[in-house]
Amino acid sequence: MTPKSIAMQTRRQLLRDFLTWLKENLFSPWYNALITIVSAAVIYVALKGILHWVFYGAKWGVVTTNLRLFAVGPYPTDQLWRVWLALGLALVLGGLSWGAWGGRSLVALILVIPFLVVFWLAPITPAAKRNWTVVLFLFVLSSAVAEFVRPLRKPLQKILPFAWLVAFFVTLVLLHGFKGSQRLPLVETGLWGGLLLTILLAVVAIVLSFPIGVLLALGRRSSLPIVKLFSIFYIELIRGVPLVTVLFMAQIMLPLFLPPNLRIDKVLRAMAGMTLFAAAYLAENVRGGLQAIPKGQYEAAQALGLNYYQTMRYIILPQALRAVIPAIVGQFISLFKDTSLVAIVGLLDLLSIALSVIAQPQWIGLQREVFAFIGVIYWIFCYAMSYASRRLEVKLGVGVR
Amino acid sequence: MTTATVSEHARPPFWRDERVLAVIAQIIFLIVVIVVAAYMYSNMYHELSRRGLKPGFDFLKLEAGFPIGETPIPYTPGDTYARAFLVGVVNTIKVSVIGIILATILGIVIGVARLSTNWLLRAIATVYIEIIRNTPLLVQLFFWFTAVMLKFPRIKQAIRLPGPIYLSNRGIAMVWFKPTESFSLWLIFLLAGLVVATLVFRYRSHYQDRTGNPGYPWIFGSATWLLFALVGWFLVPGAPITVDKPVLAGLNFKGGARLTPEFSALLVGLVVYTAAFIAEVVRAGILAVDKGQREAAKALGLTDFQMMRYIVFPQAMRVIIPPLTSQYLNLTKNSSLAVAIGYPDLFNVAGTIFNQTGKSIEVITLIMGSYLSMSLLTSLFMNWYNRRVRLVER
Repeated sequence: MTPKSIAMQTRRQLLRDFLTWLKENLFSPWYNALITIVSAAVIYVALKGILHWVFYGAKWGVVTTNLRLFAVGPYPTDQLWRVWLALGLALVLGGLSWGAWGGRSLVALILVIPFLVVFWLAPITPAAKRNWTVVLFLFVLSSAVAEFVRPLRKPLQKILPFAWLVAFFVTLVLLHGFKGSQRLPLVETGLWGGLLLTILLAVVAIVLSFPIGVLLALGRRSSLPIVKLFSIFYIELIRGVPLVTVLFMAQIMLPLFLPPNLRIDKVLRAMAGMTLFAAAYLAENVRGGLQAIPKGQYEAAQALGLNYYQTMRYIILPQALRAVIPAIVGQFISLFKDTSLVAIVGLLDLLSIALSVIAQPQWIGLQREVFAFIGVIYWIFCYAMSYASRRLEVKLGVGVR
Repeated sequence: MTTATVSEHARPPFWRDERVLAVIAQIIFLIVVIVVAAYMYSNMYHELSRRGLKPGFDFLKLEAGFPIGETPIPYTPGDTYARAFLVGVVNTIKVSVIGIILATILGIVIGVARLSTNWLLRAIATVYIEIIRNTPLLVQLFFWFTAVMLKFPRIKQAIRLPGPIYLSNRGIAMVWFKPTESFSLWLIFLLAGLVVATLVFRYRSHYQDRTGNPGYPWIFGSATWLLFALVGWFLVPGAPITVDKPVLAGLNFKGGARLTPEFSALLVGLVVYTAAFIAEVVRAGILAVDKGQREAAKALGLTDFQMMRYIVFPQAMRVIIPPLTSQYLNLTKNSSLAVAIGYPDLFNVAGTIFNQTGKSIEVITLIMGSYLSMSLLTSLFMNWYNRRVRLVER
């Protein structure tokens, strides 16, 4: 057979496969064909409407002129370098983690390119374009360092979790600054806003709720009845009421509970509320992991003569937490979405900024544009996280029985 | 002497005895909790007395003095705070119950569509779920309210859908049924019909179980009920219910069922959002049914419908019920976001009460108590239902 006829045959085979696929997936039996036609019509109408609106109907000026507001809210312009620094720090650590746990820097590069293109095309200042390029480049560079400098890998895997924790607190201090300082003047939390505040709220809540959640989960499975009752009461109380009531309570009751000379601001109160709320849900996730540990593990630990603390610290929790990582990522996603509720208690998060932009007289009637824009931002973050969580689930081999 | 040594060995000194330690640890824990609570309480007490506020629920008997936009039970600003709060509770229950029913229907449809053999249908369902689940509900609510409901034309140019259903920026007005005076009489026929229909249904299923011949219990049962309804319809004087069409009168519609933009936006938002989660629950439940069960059903010669009705769904239900319950609870709790778009649910009304009276602890206690009792009732009902459909294990 000549190569040409082989090519012809494969092409014919491909065509036949395609037709079978069409028949099996779209046109058989008869009612499926009907469904296909209706679905195609629905998709056509929806896509046509949406695309027409996006390219001709929508007035995107409301988004492009307010990009900085959406990103950081009223954070002082001359102090923005602190946000850039924090972003750079996070991306360097992200790159190192990517490389240290077996990610390829080439993939990181490919991932970064679309962002670069978007930021270069976006109507932002040249300085912002440069900064984005630098931080994204740092991400790729650090992932390459962790990938190719082999002897670094093991120590990196040990150090990185602590580095993330340290970076978390460093970032908070960096963004907040000190009273009366020249280099790092105070930026009140009331000036934190936009996507920055949204991300900070979610990260603070998940990080701080982690120790509380683990303790509550252990408490709920404890043999000490008082501790157990307290944990159950706390978890069920918080899970039984909506987040907005917890936030409301944090705003109104927290100042009453604390001594009069200790006044904490609105953002901190919201963070406290979100943390207390997240802790209850995290506790239930961790409890799921604890329940999945076979009894033999406890008995083996006991046989080795380990006490309660050692058993939990070295035997049970490492296994239990590993098993619930995907569930915790899932919780983080819903927490990220839930940060939008702080708009109700008057914080300047992404949604709140959107509402205030809509309320400005020059942007009247442009709700669709603004909500579509912030909807897409929320969507990108949540979808990326849920995608990562699914990959992680496969990698860790949990959820497969 | 030997026994004494043994018991000394068996009993370690009290500071190393686990049982004693457990008690001590709990007492310390309890003391810490009580001290912290007492500290917080004393701070609160001083703060409140500084502001001249006395804790207590007496304020509930005072006149509320504020109007509420939607009152399913009679209410005027002259009524008490307790009555105003009750209106809020009824509003929350109203939107939650309707929302749960609609979200369940939509969720099952989308969940089944996600498992369809039709690639396009599957794609639509997947895109729907991925978009809705990955954006915040509050953003969606604002979208439905300000970008959809309030963008409808003014009342004179209301969009007319078949029914008729009118869409305008004053809300949705649609055709609905209106009971007349003879409705209560007809209701007796309906109830009697229900009793007899249940008996017929029992008898026919018993017949089917006994003989193995198809007894068509559902068909016989509903036919009996319909018969009673029809007979009653002609026996009672006049028609028991009439069709009530909305008509434009002055600045708003009269007659029919009228939904405010706030209620419509909240209901649509909650239903669309929760349905995406229910769809995933339904899909997981159906996938959890062992493949062998379907193959066995096919081998027995059951039709696709019979296979779903008798083999797959009953087994999927066991997997579906617990996560479905938590979705119902989520919907009820999420209805508190009504405050953002101005629907007077219990959280919204309670917020107004707090602003007027400054009674923070009392109001928060009321809110939390209401949500907790609703959660508890829903869980109890769903647990009862779960026990009914549960597999009786060997």
